[in-house]
Amino acid sequence: MSIWDYANPKRFMETSGKILPWVSGLALFTLVGALIWGFFFTPDDYKQGSTVKIIYLHVPAAFWAVSAWFMMLVASLIWLIRRHHVSALSARAAAPVGLTFTLIGLVTGAIWGQPMWGTWWAWDPRLTSFLILGLFYLGYIALWEAIDDADTAADLTSVLCIVGSVFAVLSRYAVLFWSQGLHQGASLSMDAKENVADVFAYPLWTAIGGFGLLFVTLVLLRTRTEIRNRRMQALLARERMAA
Amino acid sequence: MIPDLGKYENVVLSAYGASILLLVALVALTLWRSARVRRALEAVEARKGRSDG
Amino acid sequence: MIALLLRDLRLAFRSGGGFGLGLAFFLLVAVLVPLGVGPDPATLARIAPGILWVAALLACLLSLDRIFALDFEDGSLDLLATAPIPLEGVVAVKALAHWLVTGLALTLLSPVLALLMNLPLAGYGWLMASLVLGTPALSVIGAFGAALTVGIKRGGLLLSLIVLPMYVPTLIFGAEVVRRGALGLDPATPLLLLAGITAGAAALLPFAAAAAIRVTLR
Repeated sequence: MSIWDYANPKRFMETSGKILPWVSGLALFTLVGALIWGFFFTPDDYKQGSTVKIIYLHVPAAFWAVSAWFMMLVASLIWLIRRHHVSALSARAAAPVGLTFTLIGLVTGAIWGQPMWGTWWAWDPRLTSFLILGLFYLGYIALWEAIDDADTAADLTSVLCIVGSVFAVLSRYAVLFWSQGLHQGASLSMDAKENVADVFAYPLWTAIGGFGLLFVTLVLLRTRTEIRNRRMQALLARERMAA
Repeated sequence: MIPDLGKYENVVLSAYGASILLLVALVALTLWRSARVRRALEAVEARKGRSDG
Repeated sequence: MIALLLRDLRLAFRSGGGFGLGLAFFLLVAVLVPLGVGPDPATLARIAPGILWVAALLACLLSLDRIFALDFEDGSLDLLATAPIPLEGVVAVKALAHWLVTGLALTLLSPVLALLMNLPLAGYGWLMASLVLGTPALSVIGAFGAALTVGIKRGGLLLSLIVLPMYVPTLIFGAEVVRRGALGLDPATPLLLLAGITAGAAALLPFAAAAAIRVTLR
């Protein structure tokens, strides 16, 4: 029994249907629990005041936004090499989730930066890289939408994901280079993972776990929808030919 | 009930508010599309069942 | 392959071929920006490297969908795909043709625009160097985007959405070369990085683009 057995759509639907209630319940519990813990039961930071509470949203969302793209990359490679439709569809399913997490990362990052930098938007290297990642997500989603034939769309979006990944990494380093060139001296780092005290770290890790479980839940749900959609398109096509 | 957030109250609340809004919207859209496709598939399969059966 | 290159160049130079359009657009940006930003020479000098590079980028973008679309519509792309030249070579040649007509032309016109944007004299040479090294990347990346969207009707806007984020590294390093050069600083690092991106893109993207075209032609 290997993971490749789940490449079979029917088996995927059966298994995902069985575990979905558990995963979604656990996701809800963990995420809500983590946010309540962080919001109500943690102290303020002596430097950043109560804004440190934003960390429980910003860091997990940003982390999973990048991880989602990585998952799409792997799924795209599996599609191109082994032609498992479930893989291609799972990449399509993950993209809007990744995009939303990117948006949350951007919004919380900007809001968090406002009291620190005195402006609603700052071209901090991390925020800028996320903005670019968001653009890559948009292009990927738009390409899926623009192509009628499902297999062609899967192929082209997979190629885009792979090439896009290379450029996304290049952009990250280019943006780091760019920000040092313009602002001598690093801008305020929002990577609160460095030297984060335990009292913040535990709820943070829980929140990261909660966001991760939410990601899995949504991707499972959306992949099931995509599989059903694909089946429906196939049936409709057959109807049209029979008519 | 809300802890004393001091001078950063608006900042923290708007961050949480925006994020929760986005998450709820994502989940709602996901569930809505899932239901819609499921219904449409059932309709097509019912038609197929009638014509096959 | 030379025949293909000459054919594409001839098509580009014909009226409606888009050759003049890109250059005119490039010039327009250099006129509009001072009008929008104000004539203060110090301000213009400071933003000149970035503006000139953004203008070059957008001008290159204009003619990207022509790279494959015309051949796709009249069936020539199918013929090219089955021709003795590998499809990767076809892509490379078409990207080269695009570059000759846009990137290279922009490079030659750039001193005029640098004048309008009040770029310090020290920056002129670096501007041309960065454009000559960086615009081929724009053409190759653009060809990849065009290959992805060739089968999509009215895919021009989607093409821009896909291609522009991939232009970011070239833009950042290209503008930085000009900025440092204009200030008399050493632009070696961004210049090498810029050249590296172009080399890597030119070597690898034709394969990705050819794969995309084969998928569309199936």
